[in-house]
Amino acid sequence: MTAEETLTVLAGICLLFGALLSLAAGVGLLRFPDALSRMHAATKPQILGLIFILLAIALSNNNWATVATLIPVLLFQMMTAPISAHMIGRAAYRAGKRTDKHLLVDELEEAIDAAQAEAARHNR
Amino acid sequence: MMGTIILIVGLLLAAAAGASVYRIVRGPSILDRMIASDMLVTTLILVLGAEMVWHEHTRTIPIMLVLALSAVFASMSVARYVSKDARPSQPLPEEGPR
Amino acid sequence: MPEFSGRSVRRSWAHQIPLLLWLVVLWMLLWGSFSWLNLVTGAIIAVLVTRVFYLPPVLLSGRFNLRWALVFSAHFVYDLIKGSIIVAWTAIRPGAVPRSSVIAVPLRTRSDLIMTLTTIAISLVPGSLVVETDRVRSLLYVHALATDDEAAVEQARQIVLTVEARIIRAMGSKDDLKRLVENRRAA
Repeated sequence: MTAEETLTVLAGICLLFGALLSLAAGVGLLRFPDALSRMHAATKPQILGLIFILLAIALSNNNWATVATLIPVLLFQMMTAPISAHMIGRAAYRAGKRTDKHLLVDELEEAIDAAQAEAARHNR
Repeated sequence: MMGTIILIVGLLLAAAAGASVYRIVRGPSILDRMIASDMLVTTLILVLGAEMVWHEHTRTIPIMLVLALSAVFASMSVARYVSKDARPSQPLPEEGPR
Repeated sequence: MPEFSGRSVRRSWAHQIPLLLWLVVLWMLLWGSFSWLNLVTGAIIAVLVTRVFYLPPVLLSGRFNLRWALVFSAHFVYDLIKGSIIVAWTAIRPGAVPRSSVIAVPLRTRSDLIMTLTTIAISLVPGSLVVETDRVRSLLYVHALATDDEAAVEQARQIVLTVEARIIRAMGSKDDLKRLVENRRAA
Protein backbone atom coordinates (compact mmCIF):
# COMPACT_ATOMS: atom_id res chain seq x y z
CA MET A 1 0.00 0.00 0.00
CA THR A 2 1.43 3.39 -0.94
CA ALA A 3 1.56 6.33 1.46
CA GLU A 4 -1.27 8.05 -0.37
CA GLU A 5 -3.56 5.02 -0.06
CA THR A 6 -2.79 4.77 3.66
CA LEU A 7 -3.78 8.41 4.11
CA THR A 8 -7.02 7.81 2.20
CA VAL A 9 -7.87 4.82 4.39
CA LEU A 10 -7.10 6.85 7.55
CA ALA A 11 -9.31 9.66 6.24
CA GLY A 12 -12.10 7.13 5.66
CA ILE A 13 -11.78 5.81 9.23
CA CYS A 14 -11.92 9.38 10.59
CA LEU A 15 -15.06 10.04 8.53
CA LEU A 16 -16.68 6.90 9.95
CA PHE A 17 -15.88 7.87 13.55
CA GLY A 18 -17.20 11.38 12.97
CA ALA A 19 -20.43 10.09 11.46
CA LEU A 20 -20.89 7.53 14.27
CA LEU A 21 -20.54 10.25 16.93
CA SER A 22 -23.04 12.33 15.00
CA LEU A 23 -25.50 9.45 14.92
CA ALA A 24 -25.05 8.89 18.67
CA ALA A 25 -25.86 12.57 19.15
CA GLY A 26 -29.02 12.08 17.09
CA VAL A 27 -30.07 9.05 19.15
CA GLY A 28 -29.44 11.00 22.35
CA LEU A 29 -31.55 13.85 21.02
CA LEU A 30 -34.43 11.41 20.53
CA ARG A 31 -34.07 9.39 23.74
CA PHE A 32 -33.09 11.84 26.49
CA PRO A 33 -36.04 13.00 28.60
CA ASP A 34 -35.47 16.73 29.15
CA ALA A 35 -33.98 19.71 27.31
CA LEU A 36 -30.84 19.89 29.45
CA SER A 37 -29.91 16.25 28.86
CA ARG A 38 -30.61 16.65 25.15
CA MET A 39 -28.25 19.60 25.18
CA HIS A 40 -25.47 17.27 26.35
CA ALA A 41 -26.27 14.68 23.71
CA ALA A 42 -26.69 17.04 20.79
CA THR A 43 -23.83 19.51 20.89
CA LYS A 44 -20.91 17.89 22.69
CA PRO A 45 -20.19 14.62 20.83
CA GLN A 46 -20.59 16.69 17.68
CA ILE A 47 -17.42 18.64 18.52
CA LEU A 48 -15.34 15.46 18.57
CA GLY A 49 -17.19 14.45 15.38
CA LEU A 50 -16.18 17.76 13.80
CA ILE A 51 -12.56 17.17 14.88
CA PHE A 52 -12.63 13.78 13.13
CA ILE A 53 -14.11 15.19 9.91
CA LEU A 54 -11.59 18.06 9.85
CA LEU A 55 -8.84 15.50 10.42
CA ALA A 56 -10.17 13.53 7.46
CA ILE A 57 -10.06 16.63 5.23
CA ALA A 58 -6.50 17.39 6.36
CA LEU A 59 -5.41 13.77 5.72
CA SER A 60 -6.97 13.51 2.28
CA ASN A 61 -5.66 16.91 1.25
CA ASN A 62 -2.33 17.06 3.11
CA ASN A 63 -1.57 20.66 2.30
CA TRP A 64 -0.58 23.15 5.01
CA ALA A 65 -2.68 26.00 3.64
CA THR A 66 -5.79 23.83 3.91
CA VAL A 67 -4.95 22.78 7.47
CA ALA A 68 -4.48 26.45 8.40
CA THR A 69 -7.98 27.33 7.20
CA LEU A 70 -9.45 24.31 9.02
CA ILE A 71 -8.15 25.46 12.42
CA PRO A 72 -10.44 28.54 12.59
CA VAL A 73 -13.46 26.33 11.83
CA LEU A 74 -12.71 24.24 14.91
CA LEU A 75 -11.80 27.30 17.00
CA PHE A 76 -15.04 29.11 16.15
CA GLN A 77 -17.08 26.02 16.93
CA MET A 78 -15.23 25.55 20.23
CA MET A 79 -15.66 29.20 21.18
CA THR A 80 -19.34 29.48 20.28
CA ALA A 81 -20.56 26.05 21.47
CA PRO A 82 -20.11 26.81 25.21
CA ILE A 83 -21.88 30.16 24.78
CA SER A 84 -24.97 28.70 23.17
CA ALA A 85 -24.83 25.70 25.53
CA HIS A 86 -24.73 27.98 28.56
CA MET A 87 -27.49 30.32 27.33
CA ILE A 88 -29.83 27.54 26.20
CA GLY A 89 -28.99 25.51 29.32
CA ARG A 90 -29.76 28.43 31.61
CA ALA A 91 -33.04 29.16 29.85
CA ALA A 92 -33.95 25.45 29.94
CA TYR A 93 -33.15 25.26 33.66
CA ARG A 94 -35.29 28.31 34.42
CA ALA A 95 -38.15 27.02 32.30
CA GLY A 96 -38.10 23.46 33.65
CA LYS A 97 -37.48 24.26 37.30
CA ARG A 98 -39.62 22.66 40.01
CA THR A 99 -41.45 20.49 37.52
CA ASP A 100 -38.30 18.53 36.76
CA LYS A 101 -38.37 14.88 37.77
CA HIS A 102 -35.12 14.08 36.01
CA LEU A 103 -32.78 15.61 38.58
CA LEU A 104 -31.29 13.71 41.52
CA VAL A 105 -29.68 16.66 43.31
CA ASP A 106 -30.52 20.31 42.61
CA GLU A 107 -28.32 22.66 44.61
CA LEU A 108 -29.24 25.70 42.53
CA GLU A 109 -32.88 25.35 43.58
CA GLU A 110 -31.77 25.17 47.22
CA ALA A 111 -29.75 28.37 46.74
CA ILE A 112 -32.73 30.13 45.11
CA ASP A 113 -35.03 29.03 47.95
CA ALA A 114 -32.52 30.36 50.50
CA ALA A 115 -32.24 33.67 48.64
CA GLN A 116 -36.02 34.01 48.47
CA ALA A 117 -36.39 33.25 52.18
CA GLU A 118 -33.75 35.88 52.90
CA ALA A 119 -35.57 38.41 50.73
CA ALA A 120 -38.86 37.68 52.49
CA ARG A 121 -37.23 38.23 55.89
CA HIS A 122 -35.83 41.59 54.79
CA ASN A 123 -39.18 42.75 53.47
CA ARG A 124 -40.99 42.04 56.70
CA MET B 1 -13.68 0.99 -0.97
CA MET B 2 -13.95 4.76 -0.45
CA GLY B 3 -17.35 4.58 -2.16
CA THR B 4 -18.65 2.14 0.50
CA ILE B 5 -17.32 4.27 3.35
CA ILE B 6 -18.91 7.39 1.88
CA LEU B 7 -22.22 5.53 1.51
CA ILE B 8 -22.15 4.44 5.19
CA VAL B 9 -21.08 7.91 6.36
CA GLY B 10 -23.87 9.45 4.28
CA LEU B 11 -26.48 7.14 5.78
CA LEU B 12 -25.28 7.80 9.36
CA LEU B 13 -25.29 11.57 8.85
CA ALA B 14 -28.71 11.42 7.20
CA ALA B 15 -30.03 9.49 10.22
CA ALA B 16 -28.57 12.14 12.56
CA ALA B 17 -30.14 14.93 10.47
CA GLY B 18 -33.44 13.00 10.47
CA ALA B 19 -33.34 12.74 14.27
CA SER B 20 -32.83 16.48 14.66
CA VAL B 21 -35.63 17.25 12.18
CA TYR B 22 -37.92 14.95 14.21
CA ARG B 23 -37.00 16.88 17.38
CA ILE B 24 -37.58 20.21 15.63
CA VAL B 25 -41.07 19.07 14.58
CA ARG B 26 -42.05 17.43 17.88
CA GLY B 27 -40.54 19.92 20.33
CA PRO B 28 -41.99 19.94 23.02
CA SER B 29 -40.48 23.28 24.06
CA ILE B 30 -38.93 25.97 21.88
CA LEU B 31 -35.57 25.18 23.53
CA ASP B 32 -35.70 21.55 22.37
CA ARG B 33 -36.32 22.82 18.85
CA MET B 34 -33.43 25.24 19.16
CA ILE B 35 -31.04 22.52 20.38
CA ALA B 36 -32.14 20.30 17.50
CA SER B 37 -31.71 23.01 14.89
CA ASP B 38 -28.27 23.78 16.33
CA MET B 39 -27.43 20.12 15.85
CA LEU B 40 -28.81 20.18 12.30
CA VAL B 41 -26.38 22.99 11.45
CA THR B 42 -23.46 21.02 12.92
CA THR B 43 -24.53 17.95 10.95
CA LEU B 44 -24.59 20.14 7.84
CA ILE B 45 -20.99 21.21 8.58
CA LEU B 46 -20.02 17.53 8.87
CA VAL B 47 -21.80 16.73 5.57
CA LEU B 48 -19.88 19.53 3.82
CA GLY B 49 -16.65 18.11 5.26
CA ALA B 50 -17.43 14.55 4.16
CA GLU B 51 -18.31 15.79 0.67
CA MET B 52 -14.97 17.58 0.44
CA VAL B 53 -13.11 14.38 1.35
CA TRP B 54 -15.18 12.45 -1.21
CA HIS B 55 -14.62 14.80 -4.14
CA GLU B 56 -11.16 15.86 -2.99
CA HIS B 57 -11.60 19.62 -3.03
CA THR B 58 -11.55 22.38 -0.41
CA ARG B 59 -13.93 24.92 -1.88
CA THR B 60 -16.61 24.73 0.82
CA ILE B 61 -14.33 25.40 3.82
CA PRO B 62 -15.47 29.09 3.94
CA ILE B 63 -19.08 27.90 4.18
CA MET B 64 -18.15 25.61 7.09
CA LEU B 65 -16.47 28.58 8.73
CA VAL B 66 -19.46 30.88 8.41
CA LEU B 67 -21.83 28.17 9.65
CA ALA B 68 -19.59 27.44 12.66
CA LEU B 69 -19.58 31.15 13.54
CA SER B 70 -23.18 32.11 12.93
CA ALA B 71 -24.99 29.13 14.48
CA VAL B 72 -24.53 30.72 17.88
CA PHE B 73 -26.65 33.81 17.10
CA ALA B 74 -29.87 31.85 16.72
CA SER B 75 -29.32 30.08 20.06
CA MET B 76 -28.50 33.34 21.80
CA SER B 77 -31.57 35.17 20.58
CA VAL B 78 -33.91 32.28 21.40
CA ALA B 79 -32.35 31.84 24.85
CA ARG B 80 -32.73 35.56 25.57
CA TYR B 81 -36.32 35.52 24.38
CA VAL B 82 -37.19 32.58 26.64
CA SER B 83 -35.26 33.89 29.66
CA LYS B 84 -37.02 37.25 29.47
CA ASP B 85 -40.33 35.52 30.07
CA ALA B 86 -38.97 33.42 32.92
CA ARG B 87 -37.16 36.15 34.83
CA PRO B 88 -39.72 38.17 36.85
CA SER B 89 -41.24 35.28 38.81
CA GLN B 90 -37.92 33.53 39.46
CA PRO B 91 -35.26 35.68 41.10
CA LEU B 92 -31.77 34.18 41.06
CA PRO B 93 -29.24 34.17 43.89
CA GLU B 94 -26.92 36.78 42.43
CA GLU B 95 -29.77 39.22 42.07
CA GLY B 96 -29.82 39.23 45.86
CA PRO B 97 -32.47 40.40 48.31
CA ARG B 98 -34.79 43.04 46.93
CA MET C 1 -9.84 44.48 40.27
CA PRO C 2 -8.81 47.21 37.82
CA GLU C 3 -6.56 49.99 39.11
CA PHE C 4 -7.46 53.46 37.94
CA SER C 5 -4.08 55.04 38.55
CA GLY C 6 -2.16 57.24 36.11
CA ARG C 7 -0.48 54.22 34.62
CA SER C 8 -3.71 52.42 33.83
CA VAL C 9 -3.89 53.74 30.26
CA ARG C 10 -0.45 52.44 29.38
CA ARG C 11 -1.13 49.20 31.19
CA SER C 12 -4.35 48.59 29.30
CA TRP C 13 -2.33 48.94 26.08
CA ALA C 14 0.09 46.30 27.32
CA HIS C 15 -2.89 44.09 28.15
CA GLN C 16 -4.15 44.47 24.58
CA ILE C 17 -1.00 43.01 23.01
CA PRO C 18 -1.96 39.32 23.42
CA LEU C 19 -5.37 40.11 21.90
CA LEU C 20 -3.77 41.95 18.93
CA LEU C 21 -1.32 39.09 18.33
CA TRP C 22 -4.14 36.58 18.44
CA LEU C 23 -6.22 38.61 15.95
CA VAL C 24 -3.26 38.76 13.51
CA VAL C 25 -2.72 34.98 13.79
CA LEU C 26 -6.45 34.38 13.24
CA TRP C 27 -6.37 36.65 10.17
CA MET C 28 -3.46 34.68 8.69
CA LEU C 29 -5.17 31.36 9.45
CA LEU C 30 -8.33 32.57 7.70
CA TRP C 31 -6.33 33.37 4.56
CA GLY C 32 -4.42 30.11 4.91
CA SER C 33 -0.99 31.62 4.35
CA PHE C 34 1.66 33.31 6.48
CA SER C 35 2.89 36.08 4.17
CA TRP C 36 4.21 39.60 4.90
CA LEU C 37 1.18 41.13 3.20
CA ASN C 38 -1.12 39.17 5.52
CA LEU C 39 0.94 40.20 8.53
CA VAL C 40 0.66 43.91 7.69
CA THR C 41 -3.03 43.89 6.71
CA GLY C 42 -3.76 41.69 9.75
CA ALA C 43 -2.03 44.13 12.09
CA ILE C 44 -3.91 47.11 10.60
CA ILE C 45 -7.27 45.34 10.87
CA ALA C 46 -6.51 44.12 14.41
CA VAL C 47 -5.81 47.69 15.58
CA LEU C 48 -8.90 49.01 13.77
CA VAL C 49 -11.17 46.33 15.20
CA THR C 50 -9.93 46.80 18.76
CA ARG C 51 -10.37 50.59 18.43
CA VAL C 52 -13.84 50.55 16.86
CA PHE C 53 -15.30 47.66 18.86
CA TYR C 54 -13.69 48.58 22.15
CA LEU C 55 -13.97 45.97 24.89
CA PRO C 56 -12.84 46.34 28.49
CA PRO C 57 -9.31 44.93 28.70
CA VAL C 58 -9.04 41.37 29.95
CA LEU C 59 -7.06 41.34 33.18
CA LEU C 60 -4.30 38.80 32.85
CA SER C 61 -2.50 37.78 36.01
CA GLY C 62 0.93 38.25 34.42
CA ARG C 63 1.85 34.70 35.38
CA PHE C 64 2.09 31.92 32.82
CA ASN C 65 3.42 28.43 33.41
CA LEU C 66 3.97 26.59 30.13
CA ARG C 67 4.28 23.16 31.75
CA TRP C 68 0.90 23.40 33.49
CA ALA C 69 -0.66 24.87 30.35
CA LEU C 70 0.46 21.75 28.47
CA VAL C 71 -0.81 19.51 31.29
CA PHE C 72 -4.16 21.31 31.11
CA SER C 73 -4.34 20.99 27.29
CA ALA C 74 -3.47 17.28 27.32
CA HIS C 75 -6.05 16.54 30.02
CA PHE C 76 -8.59 18.67 28.18
CA VAL C 77 -8.23 16.69 24.94
CA TYR C 78 -8.37 13.43 26.91
CA ASP C 79 -11.52 14.57 28.78
CA LEU C 80 -13.12 15.69 25.52
CA ILE C 81 -12.62 12.26 23.89
CA LYS C 82 -13.57 10.30 27.02
CA GLY C 83 -16.63 12.47 27.67
CA SER C 84 -17.82 12.19 24.06
CA ILE C 85 -17.60 8.39 24.18
CA ILE C 86 -19.38 8.20 27.55
CA VAL C 87 -22.23 10.49 26.44
CA ALA C 88 -22.54 8.64 23.11
CA TRP C 89 -22.70 5.33 25.01
CA THR C 90 -25.26 6.74 27.48
CA ALA C 91 -27.37 7.73 24.48
CA ILE C 92 -27.30 4.42 22.59
CA ARG C 93 -27.19 1.80 25.36
CA PRO C 94 -30.47 0.04 26.09
CA GLY C 95 -32.36 0.69 29.32
CA ALA C 96 -33.60 3.80 31.06
CA VAL C 97 -31.62 7.02 30.84
CA PRO C 98 -30.14 7.83 34.30
CA ARG C 99 -31.03 11.00 36.16
CA SER C 100 -28.83 14.11 36.20
CA SER C 101 -27.96 16.64 38.88
CA VAL C 102 -27.39 20.36 39.24
CA ILE C 103 -24.51 20.83 41.65
CA ALA C 104 -22.97 23.96 43.17
CA VAL C 105 -19.18 24.09 42.91
CA PRO C 106 -17.38 26.74 45.00
CA LEU C 107 -14.34 27.84 42.99
CA ARG C 108 -11.18 29.09 44.68
CA THR C 109 -10.30 31.72 42.09
CA ARG C 110 -11.36 35.36 42.41
CA SER C 111 -10.54 36.20 38.79
CA ASP C 112 -13.23 36.60 36.12
CA LEU C 113 -10.89 35.29 33.44
CA ILE C 114 -10.10 32.03 35.25
CA MET C 115 -13.78 31.57 36.05
CA THR C 116 -14.70 32.07 32.39
CA LEU C 117 -12.00 29.70 31.16
CA THR C 118 -13.12 27.05 33.65
CA THR C 119 -16.72 27.50 32.52
CA ILE C 120 -15.73 27.10 28.85
CA ALA C 121 -13.59 24.02 29.56
CA ILE C 122 -16.37 22.43 31.63
CA SER C 123 -19.04 23.22 29.04
CA LEU C 124 -16.97 21.82 26.15
CA VAL C 125 -16.43 18.48 27.85
CA PRO C 126 -19.49 16.29 27.26
CA GLY C 127 -21.47 15.29 30.33
CA SER C 128 -21.14 18.60 32.15
CA LEU C 129 -22.65 22.01 31.46
CA VAL C 130 -22.60 25.26 33.43
CA VAL C 131 -26.19 26.48 33.81
CA GLU C 132 -25.64 29.42 36.16
CA THR C 133 -22.74 31.37 37.62
CA ASP C 134 -22.52 33.44 40.77
CA ARG C 135 -19.68 35.86 40.17
CA VAL C 136 -19.73 37.44 43.64
CA ARG C 137 -19.36 34.14 45.46
CA SER C 138 -17.30 32.42 42.71
CA LEU C 139 -19.88 29.66 42.43
CA LEU C 140 -20.58 27.57 39.35
CA TYR C 141 -23.83 25.66 39.05
CA VAL C 142 -23.03 22.65 36.90
CA HIS C 143 -25.54 20.31 35.29
CA ALA C 144 -23.92 16.87 35.25
CA LEU C 145 -25.38 14.15 33.04
CA ALA C 146 -25.95 10.64 34.39
CA THR C 147 -25.15 11.27 38.05
CA ASP C 148 -27.52 8.78 39.60
CA ASP C 149 -26.04 8.54 43.12
CA GLU C 150 -24.21 10.67 45.68
CA ALA C 151 -20.81 9.22 44.73
CA ALA C 152 -21.24 10.29 41.09
CA VAL C 153 -22.30 13.78 42.24
CA GLU C 154 -19.17 14.12 44.38
CA GLN C 155 -17.04 12.85 41.51
CA ALA C 156 -18.51 15.44 39.13
CA ARG C 157 -17.73 18.19 41.69
CA GLN C 158 -14.14 16.98 42.01
CA ILE C 159 -13.69 16.99 38.22
CA VAL C 160 -14.70 20.66 38.02
CA LEU C 161 -12.32 21.57 40.87
CA THR C 162 -9.46 19.66 39.22
CA VAL C 163 -9.98 21.52 35.93
CA GLU C 164 -10.00 24.82 37.82
CA ALA C 165 -6.80 23.86 39.68
CA ARG C 166 -5.00 23.10 36.40
CA ILE C 167 -6.01 26.46 34.90
CA ILE C 168 -4.94 28.33 38.06
CA ARG C 169 -1.56 26.58 38.00
CA ALA C 170 -1.18 27.45 34.31
CA MET C 171 -2.13 31.13 34.42
CA GLY C 172 -3.73 32.12 37.72
CA SER C 173 -2.47 34.91 39.99
CA LYS C 174 -0.19 34.23 42.97
CA ASP C 175 -3.14 34.98 45.22
CA ASP C 176 -5.30 32.28 43.60
CA LEU C 177 -2.42 29.84 43.74
CA LYS C 178 -1.98 30.46 47.47
CA ARG C 179 -5.70 29.92 48.08
CA LEU C 180 -5.52 26.70 46.08
CA VAL C 181 -2.66 25.31 48.17
CA GLU C 182 -4.31 26.33 51.47
CA ASN C 183 -7.57 24.79 50.34
CA ARG C 184 -5.83 21.53 49.49
CA ARG C 185 -4.07 21.46 52.87
CA ALA C 186 -7.35 22.04 54.68
CA ALA C 187 -9.06 19.21 52.83
